[in-house]
Amino acid sequence: MAHIIGGITTSHVPSIGNAIHRGEQQTPYWKPFFDAFKPLHAWLKTAKPDVIVVVYNDHGLNFFLDAMPTFAIGAASTYHNADEGWGIPVVPSFNGHPKLSWHIIEDMVEHEFDVTSCQELKVDHAFTLPMKLLYPDAGEDWPVKVVPVLINSVQHPLPSAARCWKLGQELGHAIRSYPEDTRVLIVATGGLSHQLDGTRAGFINRDFDLMCMEKIVSDPEALTRFTNRELIEQAGSQGVELMTWIAMRAALGSHVHEVSSTYCAPLSNTGGAVMLLEPDLGAVQMAAE
Amino acid sequence: MVDLKGIPGTPVFTGEQAQIGYALNKMCFAFNDEAMRRAFVADENAVMDQFHLTPKQRDAIRARNVNALLDAGGNIYYLAKFAGIFGLSVQDIGAQQTGMSLSNFKQHLVEQAQPAKAAQ
Repeated sequence: MAHIIGGITTSHVPSIGNAIHRGEQQTPYWKPFFDAFKPLHAWLKTAKPDVIVVVYNDHGLNFFLDAMPTFAIGAASTYHNADEGWGIPVVPSFNGHPKLSWHIIEDMVEHEFDVTSCQELKVDHAFTLPMKLLYPDAGEDWPVKVVPVLINSVQHPLPSAARCWKLGQELGHAIRSYPEDTRVLIVATGGLSHQLDGTRAGFINRDFDLMCMEKIVSDPEALTRFTNRELIEQAGSQGVELMTWIAMRAALGSHVHEVSSTYCAPLSNTGGAVMLLEPDLGAVQMAAE
Repeated sequence: MVDLKGIPGTPVFTGEQAQIGYALNKMCFAFNDEAMRRAFVADENAVMDQFHLTPKQRDAIRARNVNALLDAGGNIYYLAKFAGIFGLSVQDIGAQQTGMSLSNFKQHLVEQAQPAKAAQ
């Protein structure tokens, strides 16, 4: 059976791509953020995931307003990155895992989560930059297969935090019921607080961000009680990307422990955060006994 | 229904805005394609004609004014591709929208990210 070996969260601001392209990883501005990935690199070497399920939001590379799915899952054998219009370099394509993708899609729809399946899907910076951060030396060949899971954060109404929690629970169930022995890592990208638009552009809420980083470990359901209006007020209009974190966390199961946690702000216009969580299987078993 | 209006300084891209801004956002979505970005630089009126922008959207595009583009139904993720034509980053856009200089906008980001000072 497949099992979920961990969960990672990271911000995905486009300027990370420029920093990588220009080799600025060790400049004073970027060093704290890139160094936050060192413990993750060490962990990946021993954890050796076969597949990464990337929970993220598209920013107008793949989806337009003609048809905007609330939840979508990639089911392609290959995912290409492409020009997003403002100039970060395109990264090599990713190998998908259609068999696992279809298993997840079928399981989720069977359990009343009516996701959109995508046999073609261009993956944007919110997908590619976290992969570059996790595997900076991958070159042309990524060492894992991928399954993209997308949450609409472009056009309201967006799904609620509580709904994204349920999405993650079902996603976790679907992965664990996949019959082949497969090591799955879930990566949630986005957040934390930031706002790109309006006269409040540049809004960052450090206290809210730190609260999220604590709650995502110990009391994640507290985060599901925020309405979308409250999230916009407290985290900024793009801070709603916290949705991806919530879905990832729900997929991990009831108990987790924190392996690594770093807050770097401001990261471009964003409260930047990187975390690595492991499911606490012992606690789950004890609770079941 | 969740009421998303009236959050200070915070336009929310609702279905209402998505309808108002459809033509504008469709043009900006097309700027994912380098050929369309070049076409815009060569003759922006022709590209605005092609996508049937409204007069208000055309004025906002000609003014290169992000707040006016948002008001005309623009979505920030698609507008970012328009800004990309001029090499503008999210910080340049942030400075324009808030009326700050770029250096003041960056300082504003840094200040918010600091731990709150203990009360004296």
